[in-house]
Amino acid sequence: MALLQIAEPGESTAPHQHRLAVGIDLGTTNSLVATVRNSVPVVLNDDKGRALLPSVVRYFADGRTVVGHAAQAAQAQDPRNTIASVKRFMGRGLADVAHVESMPYVFEDAPGMVRLRTAQGAKSPVEVSADILRTLRERAEASLGGPLTGAVITVPAYFDDAQRQATKDAARVAGLEVLRLLNEPTAAAIAYGLDNASEGIYAVYDLGGGTFDISILKLSRGVFEVLATSGDAALGGDDFDHRVYCWLIEASRIGPPGLEDMRTLYMEARRAKEVLSAQDAVHIGLKLSGGEEIDVTLTRDAFADMTKKLVEKTLAPTRKALRDAGLSPEEVKGVVMVGGATRMPHVQRAVGEFFGQEPLTNLDPDKVVAIGAAIQANVLAGNRSADEDWLLLDVIPLSLGLETMGGLVEKIIPRNSTIPTARAQEFTTFKDGQTAMAIHVVQGERERVSDCRSLARFELRGIPPMVAGAARIRVSFQVDADGLLSVSAREMGTGIEARIEVKPSYGLGDDEVTRMLREGFEHAQEDMSARALAEQRVEAQRLGEATRAALAADGDLLDPAERAAIDAVLVDLAKAAAGEDTPAIKKAIDVLGRSTDEFAARRMNRSIQRALAGRSVESL
Amino acid sequence: MGVTLSEKAAKHVANYIAKRGRGVGLRLGVRTSGCSGMAYKLEFADDLAADDLVFESHGVKVLIDPKSLPYLEGTELDFVREGLNEGFKFNNPNVKDECGCGESFNV
Repeated sequence: MALLQIAEPGESTAPHQHRLAVGIDLGTTNSLVATVRNSVPVVLNDDKGRALLPSVVRYFADGRTVVGHAAQAAQAQDPRNTIASVKRFMGRGLADVAHVESMPYVFEDAPGMVRLRTAQGAKSPVEVSADILRTLRERAEASLGGPLTGAVITVPAYFDDAQRQATKDAARVAGLEVLRLLNEPTAAAIAYGLDNASEGIYAVYDLGGGTFDISILKLSRGVFEVLATSGDAALGGDDFDHRVYCWLIEASRIGPPGLEDMRTLYMEARRAKEVLSAQDAVHIGLKLSGGEEIDVTLTRDAFADMTKKLVEKTLAPTRKALRDAGLSPEEVKGVVMVGGATRMPHVQRAVGEFFGQEPLTNLDPDKVVAIGAAIQANVLAGNRSADEDWLLLDVIPLSLGLETMGGLVEKIIPRNSTIPTARAQEFTTFKDGQTAMAIHVVQGERERVSDCRSLARFELRGIPPMVAGAARIRVSFQVDADGLLSVSAREMGTGIEARIEVKPSYGLGDDEVTRMLREGFEHAQEDMSARALAEQRVEAQRLGEATRAALAADGDLLDPAERAAIDAVLVDLAKAAAGEDTPAIKKAIDVLGRSTDEFAARRMNRSIQRALAGRSVESL
Repeated sequence: MGVTLSEKAAKHVANYIAKRGRGVGLRLGVRTSGCSGMAYKLEFADDLAADDLVFESHGVKVLIDPKSLPYLEGTELDFVREGLNEGFKFNNPNVKDECGCGESFNV
């Protein structure tokens, strides 16, 4: 018999319809899996009631693989086959990995990503991560009683495309459907419900076991944008343990300890640190293997004092991130604390003083990222009603636009817009009596269509004949959450509509996106002059058309000499427009304008006379 | 008669409502659908409807619409743990047969 969970009012799912989705915090040191149950986000524990899964995988020669606590315990004993902190290698080549020499692993350089030689052969970081994810998936499926629909996996905000792709690949290998990759600071902000809060700037201070990250987020319309990130890849809670460890040795006046004692002292140091988050003092009493006895008391103040430097070290990247974002601490609306090390009262105090406000600490800082991911997964899996806001975090890599007269690009959706998004712009007809309009959808940063990438073409037909510029054609661009673009054109008078769907990112590699972006910057000047020329040409053609139409209608208002003068100016204009000299075209346009002033005035008089003929003053 | 909660179920419901931050009780019901005829409805209740039948069990209000009651008469809602999984279970004396998974049933 299936076990049921309580749903929100009116949202009971049909049998077999409830989608099991989880959020996974795939961390450097520890990983967690969480889900939303009975409308409450919870972290799923293993069969021993432990939430954290150490991100450590041990490969045995006989093909067995052990993940988590057991692997972590074997780190010292079998360092080569026990892979820890594999996240640092995700999507990285050998050349990108820092301190290769100080690590116990045997590295192999492979195209794209480094590999680690183990008793089971060369393992790529993707495979190692997949083993961690698989363990979490199995835990989740046992806890939820069925196969998962999908998962949201968190990644650091600074992860590049290769690292993100490697994370996605690992999930696929582990048999997980990735609903979305979510930035870790964003997940933390979601866990605190900030996505429902008012708009503003938020800081996420993440002090983990071995890394420190600070992110500045901007929330607008339910969308988080990462403004800046900074941090220290070699600063974390472990450094605080180390300070206490050194103090223990100094205070007890013992010599350099052996390996076994060292481990005992480190464990005591960590315990003391944790106790001091709740108490004012901690007593440390133990006997080392050599018979030396340690019997000391550490107060919270003394601990804060000896680790003051470490706390200050986190504030420098924090300042830098704010500076990069062009903000001052007072502009930050809320500060979210992530990572077990932020439990230390003096860390909270220092952060509070820096930002001039109490940081948010009421959620468990170890679980806050996984909880945010679970909330997001629950929404994306469709377990919440549709009218609730979706959280939108992806951006469009290149601008989307359409071709206008003269081979120019009119950008409708600028790059870096978050998706889904929809933008519309009105266009009009160029010629009198024009009944169709060709819509050419392009992608790129350049000003000329020929320099951009063509995505699709379609035509809007059946526009009622009108004078040039009178028709109102609304072109809407819409990009859904999966990056699918649909373009529709609608003539506002009659409502006739045509539409097309395109997948903009299809077939476009990262290299190509980068190249197109770079070209956009490099050719900015050239593009600007090209645009100016094309615009003047279009203007020349439009004016020429309008003048010829007027001459055809009211040519009798001019005497032959006047007519000949205008005709000559028209010829000059056409000649100028055929050339490349933008100012000359502009001059010819001005000349045509001046030489038709008189003609325009007479036409105006005639139409007024026509309008007034046979009507009394009263009727006006 | 009516419908009751086991002590364990009541404790969990009270706990969930507290964490959720609002809600007057638990709404039980049945609706047609599913692979074997009827499916259970198990939701938080934010409001009391005019014709709701209210049973109080271990301090938790259980709301049932009158049309669902015949299918649920005598049911005890329990909270059970199966391995790592945990959740609510309907012990419903009216059920004649149910689909393999128990998410839907017939009376």
